[in-house]
Amino acid sequence: MVVYTYYPGCTLKTQAARLDSYARVSARALGFELEEIDQWQCCGAVYPLGTDEVAAKLACVRALMAARDSGRPLVTLCSACHHVMKRVNHDMRMDKDMRAKVNNYLEDEGPYGGETEVLHYLEVLHKHLGFAKLKEMVVNPLSGRKIGAYYGCMLLRPSAVMEFDDPENPTLFENFLKALGAEQVVFPQRNECCGGYISLRERERSAEMAAKVADSAARHGAEELITACPLCLYNVNKTSGGKLPVVYFTELLAQALGVEAEEEEAAHVG
Amino acid sequence: MKRVGVFVCHCGTNIAAAVDVGEVVDKARLERGVVFSAEYPYMCSEAGQTMIANAVKEHNLTGVVVSACSPRMHEVTFRKAAAKIGLNPYMLEMANIREQCSWIHKDKDDATKKAVSLTSAAVAKVHLNTPLFAGESPVTKRALVIGGGIAGISVALDVADAGYDVDIVESTPGIGGRMAQLDKTFPTLDCSACILTPKMVDAATHDNITLHTYSEVESVEGFVGDFTVTIRKKARSVDMKKCTGCGACYDKCPAKKAPSEFEEGLSNRKAIYIPFAQAVPNVPVIDREQCIKFKTGKCGLCETVCAPGAIDFEQQDELVTQKYGAVIVATGFRPIELGKFGEYAPESKDVLTSLEFERITNAAGPTKGALVRLSDGRKPKSITFIQCVGSRDTTPRGKAYCSKICCMYTAKHAMLVKDKYPDIDVNVYYIDVRSPGKNFDEFYRRAAEEYGVNYIKGQVGKVVDMGDHLVLQAADMLDNRQITARTDMIVLATAIEPLKSTKPIASMLTASIDTNGFMTEAHPKLKPVESPTAGVFLAGACHGPKDIPETVAQAGAAAAKVLGLLSKSKLTTNPCVAAADELACNGCSACESVCPYGAIGYEDRQINDHGVRGNQRLAAVNTALCQGCGACAVTCPSGAMDLLGFSNRQILAEVDALCR
Repeated sequence: MVVYTYYPGCTLKTQAARLDSYARVSARALGFELEEIDQWQCCGAVYPLGTDEVAAKLACVRALMAARDSGRPLVTLCSACHHVMKRVNHDMRMDKDMRAKVNNYLEDEGPYGGETEVLHYLEVLHKHLGFAKLKEMVVNPLSGRKIGAYYGCMLLRPSAVMEFDDPENPTLFENFLKALGAEQVVFPQRNECCGGYISLRERERSAEMAAKVADSAARHGAEELITACPLCLYNVNKTSGGKLPVVYFTELLAQALGVEAEEEEAAHVG
Repeated sequence: MKRVGVFVCHCGTNIAAAVDVGEVVDKARLERGVVFSAEYPYMCSEAGQTMIANAVKEHNLTGVVVSACSPRMHEVTFRKAAAKIGLNPYMLEMANIREQCSWIHKDKDDATKKAVSLTSAAVAKVHLNTPLFAGESPVTKRALVIGGGIAGISVALDVADAGYDVDIVESTPGIGGRMAQLDKTFPTLDCSACILTPKMVDAATHDNITLHTYSEVESVEGFVGDFTVTIRKKARSVDMKKCTGCGACYDKCPAKKAPSEFEEGLSNRKAIYIPFAQAVPNVPVIDREQCIKFKTGKCGLCETVCAPGAIDFEQQDELVTQKYGAVIVATGFRPIELGKFGEYAPESKDVLTSLEFERITNAAGPTKGALVRLSDGRKPKSITFIQCVGSRDTTPRGKAYCSKICCMYTAKHAMLVKDKYPDIDVNVYYIDVRSPGKNFDEFYRRAAEEYGVNYIKGQVGKVVDMGDHLVLQAADMLDNRQITARTDMIVLATAIEPLKSTKPIASMLTASIDTNGFMTEAHPKLKPVESPTAGVFLAGACHGPKDIPETVAQAGAAAAKVLGLLSKSKLTTNPCVAAADELACNGCSACESVCPYGAIGYEDRQINDHGVRGNQRLAAVNTALCQGCGACAVTCPSGAMDLLGFSNRQILAEVDALCR
């Protein structure tokens, strides 16, 4: 069984436990294992992205070092964690000054120079397993379901750093849906921001942004949405009032593979 | 031993500010064979040249060193002066103490030391110089123009009017180029076809002009004054001599699904077609990939209806070889592909490029000039123009340069829409409006101020096709607000780039292209229409984005340069060419394999080796083809190849002097 070093992130232990638990059971069904890093810390959300933030990057750097020492790529699931992890890793590799400053904090554990490969769970399915193989392993194809893939902004931009997909015309999630046998619905707002954390301060503003996304998807015929981002799911669900259900892509994956979240993990989900 | 004179230039303060010129003069006098040295503020001036001439006579100088600027700048000047007083011009050497010394060093002591050193190297070299004599090469009084757009047509007419033969090679079935696709031209709004088509006819009927349409340059050999070019005339499947241009063939042709290149793919053409109604020549072409006869063997309807019997399904490509004295590149531009610009929804039928919009507004275009949405045929209530789509974009998908023509044609489009349909709401999103041409800014202001076109400074980040309308998101940078606006049609001012064929053509001509794929000029200010390769000239957008007035002006300038060349009966050749030492050459062919100009051949020569006579295969340089690059000299394993004027001994003497 192939093992990946895994960084779940805080939200996946609370609000977004389903994203995590269905990913793990699906992984097992697909023949790989996610091995959680010991004593990981919060990625720092938006703070590590500040160009003058040094200490805020440490949590990510420690996770990246743990993966390096395990000799395996680091796999993430949450769009926001993935975004922060990728960008910190990029800074450590490309920004000489930042590397030196961060390594000054890491006297006992360092140094770290951006060696780790950071992969999103979807990239593991795409690059390592292959969507063709995934299609073969589907036992309950999602035939007839009209599903839109909502990428949000964190996975795609800045595209030169994220290296995820074409930021204006992404296709990765659509190909994933195709492998699961669903009817994928391409809608123009799929790469737009849901409003993010603005929902905490200006509910109206983020509702407006999330509504645009939901309307665009519905207008193009989507009956449900998938996402990899807990915040996107929260904002769109809150706005649409459940008219257009949003679920994590791992939930659909588990359905298609015919696996259930294990009891212990299912308890979390509740 | 030679009697050498050294002349050190101040170049005003260019050299004197960083180099102690007096010190260079004094040190030079200590060099072997130097009998005279002097300084002057501007050695290239007439007084400076006279000073050299007088010294040569007075001191019987047999070698001269000028320590001044780069030889690229004034070597010709000084060598001419030497020739005037009877000294072989190749007995004069320059030491570059400006570009390679005073301009790049701040420390005067160091710079002076370096200037002394460079001067002594030149002295060491001049001792080994031998007189060289320039040869002559013929000039073929015929010019080749590659590209039949307005640039190529203009050059061809100017050169032909002066009495020289000109051939135009055009890859598409007819001449006219981009200008033929345009509806109106800025800033006067005169009809493009009305000013272009008479020129097309002039070119086609001119006694001195031969058109090769549907043809491509296959290969180029030779050099300035004496190019040999092979042109591939692609099989038209129609006999140009028999065809009367009646049009019966394309009227009847049942294969109608090929997207029309001339209409930017907005409508279809037949498999046998002329690009547009006023095409020159008015002779159709069969697109063999679309033709039913070529695909299935059945049909042949065009052949049946062609009264003069001009259809020829058996026709083959024809190769024509011709000699030319000069070549003009006028290959033009194309709009970039928008695949990477998904935020503008370029796949939407109601999002057009500006060139597509030209066709929509043209009375002969796919909508017969009706301004309608291509998705549903409705007249738009609002049109939005977006500028700088891919221009001034430093990301890998875009072009870092300004495409130059977009601000003006967008103002033109906006004004024309407002003029015809004042009820349509017209918005233009821009980064800056650049309008520095004659009457250009007035034109733009008229659009904004008199016609009520709404200019918004800001970039559009997203376009969404909602079916019956479009929605765009943008930033208004002057108002500092986000805009979400509804519109019915969007026109993208798409960046322009050189044609894909520019690169292979440039490499055939050994001419250079820049990082953006545009042809490079020999000097950005002083030689703007010449390529660095002698005998190759540039006109139009192949050299950089240009509007019509600028293209025609450049074409005229290129024509003047071509005429200057063609009016000469002979050209003086560079005597600094390769030469093989027959005593050292063993005929190994190493030099032949590296020569980029095909200038080295072999001949069997009788030799006398210590009294033993025999035949030996020896390298022989064709001095007419040799460009003096020196590749053979460094490749030759036995040291038999040398470059005259830059022999191995001369170079090593310089190195020795520098290392002293």
